[in-house]
Amino acid sequence: MEKVINFTLKVWRQRGPKAQGAFESYQMEDITGDTSFLEMLDILNENLVSEGKEPVVFDHDCREGICGMCSLYVNGHPHGPEGGVTTCQSFMRKFNEGDTITVEPWRSAAFPVIRDLMVDRSAFDEIMQAGGYVSVNTGAPQDSNAILISKEVADVAMDAASCIGCGACVAACKNGSAMLFVSSKVTQLALLPQGKVEAARRAKAMVAKMDELGFGNCTNTRACEAECPKSETIINIAKLNREFITAKLQD
Amino acid sequence: MTKIDSKIPEGQLAEKWSNYKAHQKLVNPSNKRRLDIIVVGTGLAGASAAASFGEMGFNVLNFCIQDSPRRAHSIAAQGGINAAKNYQNDGDSIYRLFYDTIKGGDYRSREANVYRLAEVSNSIIDQCVAQGVPFARDYGGTLDNRSFGGAQVSRTFYAKGQTGQQLLLGAYSALSRQIHKGSVKLYTRYEMENLVIIDGRTRGIIVRNLVTGKLERFAAHAVVLATGGYGNTYFLSTNAMGCNCSAAISAYKKGALFANPSYVQIHPTCIPVHGDKQSKLTLMSESLRNDGRIWVPKNLEDAKAIQEGKMKGDEIKEEDRDYYLERRYPAFGNLVPRDVASRAAKERCDKGFGVNPTGLAVFLDFSEPIARLGEDVVRQRYGNLFQMYEEITNENPYKTPMMIYPAIHYTMGGLWVDYELQTSIKGLFALGECNFSDHGANRLGASALMQGLADGYFVIPFTIQNYLSDQITVPRFSTDLPEFEVAEKEVQDKIEKLMSIQGTESTDSIHKKLGNIMWNFVGMGRTKEGLTEGLKQLAEVKKEFWTNVRIPGAKDDQNTELEKALRVADFIEMGHLIAYDALNRNESCGGHFREEYQTAEGEAKRDDENYSYVACWNYTGEDKEPELIKEELNYEFVKVQTRNYKS
Repeated sequence: MEKVINFTLKVWRQRGPKAQGAFESYQMEDITGDTSFLEMLDILNENLVSEGKEPVVFDHDCREGICGMCSLYVNGHPHGPEGGVTTCQSFMRKFNEGDTITVEPWRSAAFPVIRDLMVDRSAFDEIMQAGGYVSVNTGAPQDSNAILISKEVADVAMDAASCIGCGACVAACKNGSAMLFVSSKVTQLALLPQGKVEAARRAKAMVAKMDELGFGNCTNTRACEAECPKSETIINIAKLNREFITAKLQD
Repeated sequence: MTKIDSKIPEGQLAEKWSNYKAHQKLVNPSNKRRLDIIVVGTGLAGASAAASFGEMGFNVLNFCIQDSPRRAHSIAAQGGINAAKNYQNDGDSIYRLFYDTIKGGDYRSREANVYRLAEVSNSIIDQCVAQGVPFARDYGGTLDNRSFGGAQVSRTFYAKGQTGQQLLLGAYSALSRQIHKGSVKLYTRYEMENLVIIDGRTRGIIVRNLVTGKLERFAAHAVVLATGGYGNTYFLSTNAMGCNCSAAISAYKKGALFANPSYVQIHPTCIPVHGDKQSKLTLMSESLRNDGRIWVPKNLEDAKAIQEGKMKGDEIKEEDRDYYLERRYPAFGNLVPRDVASRAAKERCDKGFGVNPTGLAVFLDFSEPIARLGEDVVRQRYGNLFQMYEEITNENPYKTPMMIYPAIHYTMGGLWVDYELQTSIKGLFALGECNFSDHGANRLGASALMQGLADGYFVIPFTIQNYLSDQITVPRFSTDLPEFEVAEKEVQDKIEKLMSIQGTESTDSIHKKLGNIMWNFVGMGRTKEGLTEGLKQLAEVKKEFWTNVRIPGAKDDQNTELEKALRVADFIEMGHLIAYDALNRNESCGGHFREEYQTAEGEAKRDDENYSYVACWNYTGEDKEPELIKEELNYEFVKVQTRNYKS
């Protein structure tokens, strides 16, 4: 049988980017273990609405761990204490009777709070726009099997490409660095022959944009890797550094 | 009376698209710069269209409701994308993909559209590989394939269980490149609320800025809707929470015909419903049916024991298991199309053979492939899906068989479009799941990604030029025109009305009621009586919503409850349309199963004589029944027959 728990929820409430925020506490009762974390917040919001109060605002969409929209800092960890999952894929069975669960937004200079637990992550889009692509137009490229890619390389590229762009790496990093995010895209594309051609240009452009937008530097604390819900690895950061340094040497 | 002209080009099936492209009108590069196109949606169809328009030189405005284009629900597609490459040398061809799709759709789709889809499928794979999409590969470096339902070949390309993610990120990259160049302007956290029509042509949209709550106006020479399907009408579905049909419904209310709303796909392999607080259902990819075997106990006593928790699935002896798909459909086995597999699961559960406490679940079992291939191979193929299953259910699928049950997944119906993907309103186009065009009454697995990208990369870039070619002298529009004023006022009035109700029921609780009615009366098995009752209850829900919904907060501020309420208002309209169409269609075909119309063996019984048409519904006004307009389906090249997956 699934357990049923009662606990206290401490939620960060903030009206807007410039407003002063504060924690508010809510008592949650009879929550079953098979309730997802976000469904638990739905229950809270349903209660608030029934009292005529405004619900807690948070980003969420697919609720199956792939869209990267949910972004809650739970008990001091992006996406919660359990590793390898997004907030939407963590379930209340992992919490205990009488717990106090603290929920905050991503905190980073580059991700300003919009309201409550919702932050603005458009900086990630801007980094992608700076160079996170292969410059190819829609049309008629060669037959796909004309480019042979070894299974090993394709698999590593796929792992790097699994990043969901949620921003947990930035939220986890004491410097607010976006290196894990940037390096995952750079690694994916630099590994593949299609993307190799402009690998240097891409690395420089994306890193420059990242710096411009106020993300911090990487000091190898590996917090990002530990908190990434998709287990992206800092080996990607090493690869990015190699691409970047090679590119700079060629300048 | 709206006239139907599907604009199918002349000529042999295989020549139609080439003929169209050879004779369509084009827009020259300097004129493209002067033409604005609005694209609503950034999923596979929307992002690929917006990126392609930008590359071509048009001035593009691209809107999405999420914080980034990459969040669109295409991202969640797991299994794969079909293409007729025949890399496996297993007898595939463009014709075979076309034929499987027509047959899979139960002979309710347009031949010309489906052939074009199959024809461009190969270019999609080439395009995505060129973008750096890391499809799975074989040791020799070539692309790998797997099989999906409704086909006897392996034509599905995949990237682990995250194919939709990788394809969407490819399109998002292409889109990002155009945003960087300035050809596409991106608007995130904006929701379309109304369409603006000037002298019979679509000229703009009214959107709500979801951060400020303000209404804003945008003008363009053409509007492209790529806003997905209406599965969330059922509340519980595999769709994302934000998926909605409001853009499509606003177009419908402005005169765009809505086609085949009753064709709703119920996916056979989803994690079963577990409680009334649940917000969504999670799909387990169809690719699992490549190796997994579906069964229930042969004996009712065993099923009862499992339901009561006295027995586990793995304790049932091999000879006491009923692999009902393999039994009923020997030729396709576990890989029958989705509608067939879903109905077969319902049939077993209705007879009492279900395998969880609610009796609404069947087993999807991997013990045989694990014994045959080893756990490592199975983990390599489906690892992330197994992990997801374990997270949600707290059960290890390597040890105990998965439990699955059908759930609402995709909608084949949508805005009616002609061969050019233009709706019945001039200058309004619909792509991807938003339109009705290619899947007939049932979509085959791995074909949604194919259609979304076909529409966006390889169809609309051609056909929109044919429309815009006579618009080159039309100057940009001012959003101060009275038509914009009126369209904005309509939305403003609706919002004010909603905010003024201040009743006692939350939007979600009414949405759940709507979902229950839809699932119970307009779900997997439909009857005349059930649909009539459903329509009655839908009217009551509508009344309750408009008199008793409670929305806190302010209208011109960020307000997530108001966002939901605006969507649910349209889901209620949509629910009525689905049920109304289902009641009209006195036959069973694909995803639409009317219990009165079945063979002695329980298979869907079509009525080609009377229902071989696309049901196009024309809006006639608030609370008035819609008018039916028929587009007859003429099969010139394929012999229409009863679907057979047995031999």
